[in-house]
Amino acid sequence: MITHANPYIPYPATIEETWYETGGERCIKTFKVVFDDKDVLEEWSHLPGQCAMIGVLGVGESMISISCSPTEGKFLRFSVMRMGKVTQALHQLEAGDKMMVRGPYGNNFPIDEWQGKKILTIGGGIGQAPLRPIVEYVKANQDKYEGLTMIYGARTSNDLCFKGEFEEMSKCDDLSCHLTIDVEEEDWAHNVGFVPQMLLDLDPSPENTIAITCGPPIMIRFVLENLKKLGFEDDQIYTTLENRMKCGIGKCGRCNAGGMYVCKDGPVFNYAVLKEIPEAFA
Amino acid sequence: MSAMLLKKEKWPEFVEKLAGKNIWAPQAEGDAMRFAPVAEGEAPALDYNNTRVPPKGALFPQTETMFKFQPEGAQVDEPQLEQETVVLGLRPCDARAMAIVEKLFKWDIDDPYYTRRRELTTLVGLACNEPGMNCFCPSVGGGPASTEGLDLLMADLGENYLLEAVTKKGEALLTETKDLLDEAGVDAVKEKEKLVGEAEQKIKRTVDTEGVPEGLPGLWEDPLWQKVSASCLGCGTCTYLCPTCHCFDIQDETEGLAARRCRMWDSCMFDEYTMHTSGHNPRPTRRERTRNRISHKYSYYVDKFDVIACVGCGRCTNLCPVNIDIIETIRQVKEAL
Repeated sequence: MITHANPYIPYPATIEETWYETGGERCIKTFKVVFDDKDVLEEWSHLPGQCAMIGVLGVGESMISISCSPTEGKFLRFSVMRMGKVTQALHQLEAGDKMMVRGPYGNNFPIDEWQGKKILTIGGGIGQAPLRPIVEYVKANQDKYEGLTMIYGARTSNDLCFKGEFEEMSKCDDLSCHLTIDVEEEDWAHNVGFVPQMLLDLDPSPENTIAITCGPPIMIRFVLENLKKLGFEDDQIYTTLENRMKCGIGKCGRCNAGGMYVCKDGPVFNYAVLKEIPEAFA
Repeated sequence: MSAMLLKKEKWPEFVEKLAGKNIWAPQAEGDAMRFAPVAEGEAPALDYNNTRVPPKGALFPQTETMFKFQPEGAQVDEPQLEQETVVLGLRPCDARAMAIVEKLFKWDIDDPYYTRRRELTTLVGLACNEPGMNCFCPSVGGGPASTEGLDLLMADLGENYLLEAVTKKGEALLTETKDLLDEAGVDAVKEKEKLVGEAEQKIKRTVDTEGVPEGLPGLWEDPLWQKVSASCLGCGTCTYLCPTCHCFDIQDETEGLAARRCRMWDSCMFDEYTMHTSGHNPRPTRRERTRNRISHKYSYYVDKFDVIACVGCGRCTNLCPVNIDIIETIRQVKEAL
């Protein structure tokens, strides 16, 4: 976190680029932003899995996953679904506008501990946003990992985020990308079916593998079940939680799942820990 | 720890000596007492049992400006907190609550507002000679003359107050007012100890917390939560009036060119507290919210900070409109273990 005396103070960041990942009422827009203040830009560092509070003064702020890896450069990316007051205000911003950012918050995927292992990410919908930094991190450090398999699904092809990035991935030997949508579409060259089923069909070996899943709660539940069927141990599985948040630093109280503050003790949880938290999947 | 005596007739002069500081003391508000800033030249008498609203607002205001900004702008303007404050006559349970809450506000990342206010504040407690009917502080680690969280403890000895410094800040206050004080003899301290002993005897209600912190998570699906929350109206009184409740909301307010981000007390007993933007609510009914409130105080907080986040002040029981009694709730928890 920025070592400013007051952790509640957000910093202006200029939006360099925006684009829509998906359309519709709950469309997802991605923002690439750079801090205005050179010192903040220099001091900022984050790891895959961490979040930031982003917002608009006068409207408020929301906790959003940082959807880029630090290996990509000195900028931040956020992919934001238009849902409530703050995200609607954010969606009105275009390149050249400013948003306010503070963070980074929460723990991170222990990505360096995973060196020498195979990485399996299983994402659904906007749940790919916190997984994307893992993919990018491994891509930038391919010699340190035993390859990455990505399973990603959404309701329709229009609901898939980061579509432009998958083709390049499939060109790398150590990376494989498996896409799926819920129902058949014309010109769809990939799998049709739910994410948990695709996981079973691919039948990845649990040997020396870390599995990370993120997506709608119902998907996570069946993915966890199927990972167990495939022989994964609890401590080989990671996921992230989300809850309503205000402060981001474990003070305001509301994001707790059992005795864990999602903003501070999470959002990343190992399944061996998570399954002992009674409220984790509430 | 130096012990001094202050004649009660010198109380107004004592308060006057503190002029220039922001002084908080219990004052009548309708049919209840409430901590509020003291008007210049006044010295409210400390003859009260306890206030309806705890003095937590001295360190954690009900609504607090976090920073100001220009609407449409991107620059923020932080408030500079510099006003020294003295809280006079708070009860030991409420001071203990501040010490307990401070653990969270200083957990890993300092909350600058709380920390700064605490630095600027001297807490002068008043030992309880007449505990309230639902007081149970000794059951949760406190006592009628507990000094935890206090800078200075006063005890009402009838004609005099006995003043005992707890911290350097308390010592400084004794130095500042030394013209009004007399050295307290052994007798005065003995008299105070006698009164404390008597006060302890007057506390009739107790809770047995043994095994509760470890046992609560195991009672997740227990029918007791349905039972204890059945009559709850979800009004949030128990949390607003709780000296250890510290949850807050953050909101932006704009009016013309004046705009601020502020935080205000919030309550885990409200459904919007945890509701996601999607409409999904991880704690959809008062059953889950009650379970969280009790588990937070009696289990999660113990896990993280090694102390029960309840000081036994009895306010939630005294003022619940449907007579939900936390002592009875913990008794039922204990029974279900």
